[in-house]
Amino acid sequence: MYVAVKGGERAIAKSHELLARARRGDPGVPELSIAQIKEQLRLAVARVMSEGSLYDEDLAALAIKQAAGDLIEAIFLLRAYRTTLPRLSESQPLATGRMRLARRISAAFKDLPGGQVLGPTYDYTQRLLDFSLMDEVSETMPAGAASAEAFAEPFAESIVAPGIGELLGREGLLEAALPKADDPAPYDLTRDPLLFPVDRATRLQNLARGDEGFLLAMGYSTQRGYSTTHPFAGEIRHGAVPVEVFVDELGFAVEVGEIELTECQLITDFEGSATQAPQFTRGYGLAFGHAERKAMAMALVDRALRAREFGEQINLRDHPANNEEFVLSHSDNVEASGFVQHLKLPHYVDFQSNLDLLRRLRTEWEAARAAANREAA
Amino acid sequence: MHLVRELDLSRLQPGFAEPVGDAQRCFRGVLDALAHPGTIVELADLPAPPPGLGAAQSALLLALADQDTPVWLPPGLRDAEAGHYLRFHCGCRLTASLADAHFVVPASLAALPALDDLRPGEPEFPDRSATLVVEVAGLATVGALRLRGPGIETEAGLSVAGWTADCTAFLRENRRRFPLGVDLLLTCGASLAGLPRTVRVDREA
Amino acid sequence: MSVQDGYNFAYLDEQTKRMIRRALLKAVAIPGYQVPFGSREMPLPYGWGTGGIQVTASLIGADDVLKVIDQGADDTTNAVNIRSFFRKVTGVATTEQTREATLIQTRHRIPETPLAAGQILVFQVPIPEPLRWLEPREAETRTMHALREYGVMHVKLYEDIARHGRIATTYDYPVIVNDHYLMRPSPIPKFDNPKLHRNPALMLFGAGREKRVYAVPPYTDVRSLDFDDHPFAIERWEQPCALCAATDSYLDEIILDDAGNRMFVCSDTEYCAGRQAAGHKGALAA
Repeated sequence: MYVAVKGGERAIAKSHELLARARRGDPGVPELSIAQIKEQLRLAVARVMSEGSLYDEDLAALAIKQAAGDLIEAIFLLRAYRTTLPRLSESQPLATGRMRLARRISAAFKDLPGGQVLGPTYDYTQRLLDFSLMDEVSETMPAGAASAEAFAEPFAESIVAPGIGELLGREGLLEAALPKADDPAPYDLTRDPLLFPVDRATRLQNLARGDEGFLLAMGYSTQRGYSTTHPFAGEIRHGAVPVEVFVDELGFAVEVGEIELTECQLITDFEGSATQAPQFTRGYGLAFGHAERKAMAMALVDRALRAREFGEQINLRDHPANNEEFVLSHSDNVEASGFVQHLKLPHYVDFQSNLDLLRRLRTEWEAARAAANREAA
Repeated sequence: MHLVRELDLSRLQPGFAEPVGDAQRCFRGVLDALAHPGTIVELADLPAPPPGLGAAQSALLLALADQDTPVWLPPGLRDAEAGHYLRFHCGCRLTASLADAHFVVPASLAALPALDDLRPGEPEFPDRSATLVVEVAGLATVGALRLRGPGIETEAGLSVAGWTADCTAFLRENRRRFPLGVDLLLTCGASLAGLPRTVRVDREA
Repeated sequence: MSVQDGYNFAYLDEQTKRMIRRALLKAVAIPGYQVPFGSREMPLPYGWGTGGIQVTASLIGADDVLKVIDQGADDTTNAVNIRSFFRKVTGVATTEQTREATLIQTRHRIPETPLAAGQILVFQVPIPEPLRWLEPREAETRTMHALREYGVMHVKLYEDIARHGRIATTYDYPVIVNDHYLMRPSPIPKFDNPKLHRNPALMLFGAGREKRVYAVPPYTDVRSLDFDDHPFAIERWEQPCALCAATDSYLDEIILDDAGNRMFVCSDTEYCAGRQAAGHKGALAA
């Protein structure tokens, strides 16, 4: 006698209970607060906001907490919440040249107006584990920094400097990056499907939401010969930028707040053409919060995807980073994670039909072999 | 905001009493009609339409049109209460260009626009095509039009008041261009029938 | 009606529903053609039925009766989860009875109980493009559909025959809809393909991650690709269902012990239970 397995609903309820317990861990250890995540895991929060396409540090921190630190799960949680929000207005284009800088470096120039600002970076830390952080109260904090005021305004003393684009653009050596007079309203990938071929604004949106690891690998591949670009880090800047909204009733734009951004301008050679003087071209990367790896990888991939625009020799088959469909169709980690993991769902109906076919093929193969053996004997 | 100022809201007819449920029921009615050409779907509890539109005609626009779908109305309705009504309740743009319109509301069957003037879709995207919503004076399931095609088990009959040989020619030419083409919804008061581009039509003598 | 606080009826906002509804109407008017739509992030993962869920959410009304199946079964965890999602966000009645349902959302099967006019079957679709394995570029496959350049699919099936002596596609078996578009029926076993042909129910397909919807209207011709010398054929079993003795249903294989003993039972749990209730008894029935 056989009784079929039932009780999916009970199993799911039980699983939710176990998950809640696993997330909380040992109840003897104090629970993480949203403020702790926001303040002490700021780079995780930044990634979740960027790839979740929602600038809200509290909700990103909540998602990280709920996802037990699984950032792609946190991004998914934030995205699923974001889709339910009404769309109130569009901001004015962000003026990143007006960024109050916390950090700004250029690898192309030794010095430039506004200077090189090292700011907070892991770049020159010697990657030695700091065992003093094992203590609950850190001893490595600079004296006096423990007061709340010292961190209330991280960019209070920072500077505003023109971007590298403005500086090189004056000589006409760098391609302009100004919107055309009839620039259409940008396509919105959160509301409309990705359709090929796509314009650059849409590509950049896709990359901004794209998985950091994927972009990193794609960008890296362009540096190892799987593309034709040779970039310089023209400028990487991180800081705070005001967000403005144009109010019809007032007839002018008002500032509604400030967001933290990281922007990367990559500069690459371009030999020019019959109609276009030789000049540098750009790859562009932008991310919420402090996210240099993401912004740089994005800029590399953006430039690689512009190869056709500049008439460069491209080999779509062997150079995936130049392949718009390949990159843009696989960059989204919420889509990728869902589809890879859907293999966990039952597939026994499809499997059964393959099993059935395989058994038939096996039977035929064995019969044929037996017949061949008889003939040989 | 500009819109609100020019309208006298106190004179505007109300839209759906229960927007979520009413829009859902209207949509299911339209889906049913398009999936079963020749069937007449009755929509219930419709809001009173503005002058110049039928009840089902107006309701299905309330259910389906919005800021993403320009609507073409005959010039006489565009600047009249019907136009104000749709702009206010749907937030849709009223267009004077047939070629731009996602929804086209001809004044009558006799005033069907030329097929060439309507959005036909593109070979790669035949869905980017117009839907016509035409109010007629009568609809019945037995009648001179014999319909065949997807959604019809064998053959369906339909009688449409005001149907002319030009209408038959319009549908045949539309069918010939498949997968490009337009889709027709005929309304009569609270009744609704669908004639998708796949329908094959014959008219008994 | 109990509906989740803070969310609209059926989860999606009204503007999103209108967008999907318009796409569905065009899908019905152009049978088998994949209509792009602005798929939204849903609170269930991509690949787990987000397309079907968005289609169902755009269709469902307070008077609907919903059935959800996965692999033909009402009680697999994913079916249970989707059903409970809709109960939570719509409060509509749900059922396991195929005949009682006005809307049926399915993954990988078409119910054995024949569907009736007026019912709507919503398929969850992982990859909507039938030409995807033959041509990965969307821009190319779209042109191929526009020109009805489907020769590559016949070549692929013919290569199967050359290598295996038969067509080796067993599920998601390609079909031509209304003599025009090549369509993937979603990963249903080819056993279910004949049910697509001239079915009285409306069949809607939703691919969330790939952002496409498509449709087969009622009573529409749906032909499985084949060759004169290799006609399309469905799976057959040498034994009936071990629980209800059905000989006309798709059977799942269940391994009973370490020695590899196995039994075959209906994948459609509702059909099987109905037959057992009506007194049909298989070899291993209780």
